[in-house]
Parts: sequence; C-alpha cells; structure tokens
Amino acid sequence: MVDAVAHFSNWVTVILMVIGLYVVLARGNLIKKLVGLSIFQTSVYLLYIGPGKILGGTAPIIAEGFTVYSNPLPHVLILTAIVVGVATLALGLALVVRIHEAYGTIEEDEVLGREGDT
Amino acid sequence: MAIACVRNLFAVVALGGIYSFLMALALLVLDAVDVSMTEASVGAGVSTVLLLGALYLTRIDEAPPLRVSAAPMVVALAAGAALLYGSWDLPPFGDPAGAIHHHVAPRYLNQVIAETGVPNVVTAVLASYRGYDTLGETTVIFTAGIGVLLLLKGRRRRRDGGGAAL
Repeated sequence: MVDAVAHFSNWVTVILMVIGLYVVLARGNLIKKLVGLSIFQTSVYLLYIGPGKILGGTAPIIAEGFTVYSNPLPHVLILTAIVVGVATLALGLALVVRIHEAYGTIEEDEVLGREGDT
Repeated sequence: MAIACVRNLFAVVALGGIYSFLMALALLVLDAVDVSMTEASVGAGVSTVLLLGALYLTRIDEAPPLRVSAAPMVVALAAGAALLYGSWDLPPFGDPAGAIHHHVAPRYLNQVIAETGVPNVVTAVLASYRGYDTLGETTVIFTAGIGVLLLLKGRRRRRDGGGAAL
C-alpha cells in the first residue's frame, strides 16, 4: 500500500501520457491531434515536477523559518517548456489554418484522399 | 478521456481549458508555484484563445473516422505498460534522498542569496544563472512568431488576389 502511494504521481503521468498518445495517433482531426499533443506535454510537466517535490518542503522561495525546499531546477525547465509549447501550438494551428485553406478540410483522411486524386 | 470521444471541437477546446486549470492546481500542490501560474495563464488562457481562433478560421465539427483501427490503442497501451514497468524503479514520491535532490539543486538553494540576492530560486536560475538559455528560449518563440506571421500573411494575400481576379 505504501508502495502504491509512493508511485501514484508516476501512474497519473503515465495515464495522461497514454491518453495523449492515443489521441495523437487515433484521431484524424488535426486540431484534436494538437489538443492531444498538449495533453502529452502536460504529462511531461508532471514527469518533471513530481520527483522534484519533497514531502514537508515548501515552494523554492528563500524565507525565514523554512529549511526544506522542493527542487527548483525542474520548475525552471518546465517554465521554459510551457512557453515553448505554446509557441509550437501556435505554429501548428497556423499550419492547420493553411491546410484548411488549401484542402478545405482539417481531417487527415480527407487531406490524404485529395492528395491522391490530384 | 472525454476529449478523445467528443466530436464537437468547441467542447474539446473548453475541456482542454478546464484540464489546464486542473493541471495548474496539481502543480501548485507540488510546490511549483511559478510553473502553476504560467500554466494557468499560458496553458489555460493563451492556448484556449489560440485554439478558438483556429476553430473560427476552420470548422467546428469533427467528421466520423473513415476507418477504425485497433493499432493506435495497442501502441498507446504498450507504451504505457513499458513506462509503468520502468517507473517501478524510480525513487518514491517526496523522498528527500532521491538522486535529483543531491546534484546541483542544493548548491543553488544555498548560494542563491549570496550570489544573486533574489529570494525566488526559480527566478534566479531562470534569469541569472541560465540567462543565456532564456535568451535562446525567447529566440525560439520569436522564430515561431515569425513562422505564424509568414504562414497567415500569405493566406490573406492570396485571398485578396483571388478577390481582385474575380
């Protein structure tokens, strides 16, 4: 039982990762694919932040009366990752808009079908 | 889970926003206050606005899939099983004896006031110790912004050109 609690954050991470991977692989709609990619990305945030937590620690802001702080390095890395993630999301959505412009659809199957026709 | 099943993309985007807020709360519980604030503003705010903008420019309903295949589910579940198997060897949650708490993190935590004078360690590392990396990050965002502008600008010009030809 103690073991199960100890690895709970890893399990949540893996479940979110599987959902995200499934949405990216199985869904043909390009916008839904991007949302799935975001879910996958947040699972990576948890993968980094989860081990950085120390039970009984506080947020890594140096203050009087606290001696135990959670690890600040994953926070720095993920802060960067979130912002870069939004940049890639914006670029992906711009590509989707252009695909919609060129093919009149945002479904992967239909885009491939029209590609075959021409 | 609902995101995978709902076909109305507007509902998908709304659920994505709710999910981002929940993720921000989870990060807050995990002591990552800076990350939590960024996720709430950027993940739940800006991303949702961007997705809604893209929906406005495209269309809002997802077509039913032409073919249904079991392969994606198999791949996803196999990857999940492999990850669970691997996670069993990780140190337990919240254990101060874990390997990542004994490398450079204590050095930052002990020296940050003397070296930078910034009490928030995350800010100090991001802006002071790793300032050049943050500059690189902004370069990435700048490049992405240029890319978006180029992609969408060509689109508008073509539409204008088409209108003139008609």
